[in-house]
Amino acid sequence: MATKGDTILEVRDLVKHYPLNQGIVFKKQIGAIKAVDGVSFDLARGETLGIVGESGCGKSTLAKVLMALERPTSGTVKIDGRDIGRARGGELKRMRRNIQMVMQDPYTSLNPRMTVGDIVGEPFDIHTEVAPKGDRNRKVQELLEVVGLNPDHINRYPHQFSGGQRQRIGIARGLALQPEIIVCDEPVSALDVSIQAQVINLLERLQNEFNLAYIFIAHDLSVVRHISDRVGVMYLGKIVELGKDTEIYDRPAHPYSQALLSAVPVPDPEGRENRERIILQGDPPSPANPPSGCRFRTRCWKAQEICATEEPLLEIRPGTDHESACHFAETHDVVHASS
Amino acid sequence: MSETPQMGQVGPAFPDTQSLTENPPPSAPPPVEQAKKKDSKPASLWSDAWYDLRRRPMFIFSLILIAILLVMSFWPSLFTSIDPFDAKTCELSTARQGPSAGHIFGRDNLGCDVYAKTIYGAKNSIIIGVATTVITALVGGLLGLLAGTRGGLTDTIASRVTEVFFAIPSILGALLITATFRDQGLGIWIVVIALSVLAWPMTYRIMRAAVITARSQDFVLAARALGAGQSRIMFRHLLPNALAPVIVIATINLGGFIAAEAALSFLGVGVTSPDISWGLMIADARNRFLEAPLPLVFPALFLSITVLAFIMLGDAVRDALDPKLR
Repeated sequence: MATKGDTILEVRDLVKHYPLNQGIVFKKQIGAIKAVDGVSFDLARGETLGIVGESGCGKSTLAKVLMALERPTSGTVKIDGRDIGRARGGELKRMRRNIQMVMQDPYTSLNPRMTVGDIVGEPFDIHTEVAPKGDRNRKVQELLEVVGLNPDHINRYPHQFSGGQRQRIGIARGLALQPEIIVCDEPVSALDVSIQAQVINLLERLQNEFNLAYIFIAHDLSVVRHISDRVGVMYLGKIVELGKDTEIYDRPAHPYSQALLSAVPVPDPEGRENRERIILQGDPPSPANPPSGCRFRTRCWKAQEICATEEPLLEIRPGTDHESACHFAETHDVVHASS
Repeated sequence: MSETPQMGQVGPAFPDTQSLTENPPPSAPPPVEQAKKKDSKPASLWSDAWYDLRRRPMFIFSLILIAILLVMSFWPSLFTSIDPFDAKTCELSTARQGPSAGHIFGRDNLGCDVYAKTIYGAKNSIIIGVATTVITALVGGLLGLLAGTRGGLTDTIASRVTEVFFAIPSILGALLITATFRDQGLGIWIVVIALSVLAWPMTYRIMRAAVITARSQDFVLAARALGAGQSRIMFRHLLPNALAPVIVIATINLGGFIAAEAALSFLGVGVTSPDISWGLMIADARNRFLEAPLPLVFPALFLSITVLAFIMLGDAVRDALDPKLR
């Protein structure tokens, strides 16, 4: 296994637009939903990149494009230097062995009419070169053990398990091909808080054991902070701020990140007194018709003339220590958690 | 996240895993079954369904009924010594006579033995019912599966073709087909063809709708992410999850096809005298029902038992294929 630190996933200017068509017979494109609109980041081996953002900001679309479940409109997703977005047929199938996903809803992500053994063993049926046929059962049982399930339950069906256990089955399926990258699309948001902690711990343990790189998508900021090495904040199809978890959480530079962080519930009644709440006005604009310039300007309290005309790039701004996409970026500790 | 409890707990000691190991949930199979299965090869949906079916009284009962009906269809002389095709066994003077020692179901309008005719009529009725059901389920089911899985152009074309067939009034269409091809020497198969041509769109629609519902679920996406091909997704993931409504509608339709054959016989196409079918017998006995109900009641009763047997079979298979109902 390669050493920790070198880049395994390289995403450049990734764009995914869903065309809006009009007409039944002669379809005419009248616009596009700009679900993901120019996203770039790197992911190192063994690293966790958290992606946060509100509903509809393109997090799940990003996951689908990374998994090659959707073809990107433009841009590249390079895994180990090869572009999965352009791969076809056998090459794509081989590349899938290196990137797997854990899905959000453990109730619909497992086929109710397959046994756990069939679900976790399906990767071996598809990629027959990974495990010889006679070996399949033993491998499945090993995987179940790795994720903390009873290996004797191989002949049970998903409905005989609880939500947390089902999520473990989904994780075991993702691990089967020994990928180096796992895309977790809100893997814990459908679970109880106590079960969430167990699944997060499992993911962390597996990361250490197998040197996995995670793309961890969530809307729960405290979960993301706990598991991530770096965090990207998404707004309307773009990453507006990207940095180490401490940088983002303690010194957020983008007004949107600051507003997002100010909404995190503080469990300590003392701390609650001195934190501030930034209440954003209005709703996020439609991704079919995003505002010109900075996409956040319609809801931003700092917005000036320049925000409407010039799009801020994701770069390190003066006075800050990490990348942000705001003309008026300045660090501002909203949470006061470290004090 | 550091405030969340139980963070340090990693490894096999998760509370939920433990509780499951110690007390299996009520829906879990009983220990005996579990122990038996562990020695044998790993379970799959179909092997589990078969294992479950063999223990369902309803399945066993329906199979026995169907077996009797099949024996009746192909070796009717085992059940009666009277040959209803032999005109000498009918006596007009005894028409519509009630049950007697030699003729336990009585006699019909022409003085023929109702019991013998009912036994001999099973063959045509069951062939028409079963063959039409199988053909419509296969054609409609496979097309529906394909259209539902692929969507897009395949779906559009298949659905428009289906609508053309839907637009044909069924009795009129069947009448046209049977009347056109009645001299081709196809026998009762012309009825099977006519009914199949007109009935497959219904199965198609139900299968397509069920597949589209199943397709939107995350496990299909997960299979695609693993690199599963289209046929694996179709037959391993979508078909088992879309089969239940098709089984139900197919077994209910079976009775309808036997009845439709009766309607065609009544109109003078399809099975016609001197050939025998339940439909024909029911049609013949209708006019004198108040005088002599038995010639209608007995074939109708056999028809009902046949339909019931297949519906029970379908129900048992459907339930066995749903792990939640086992």
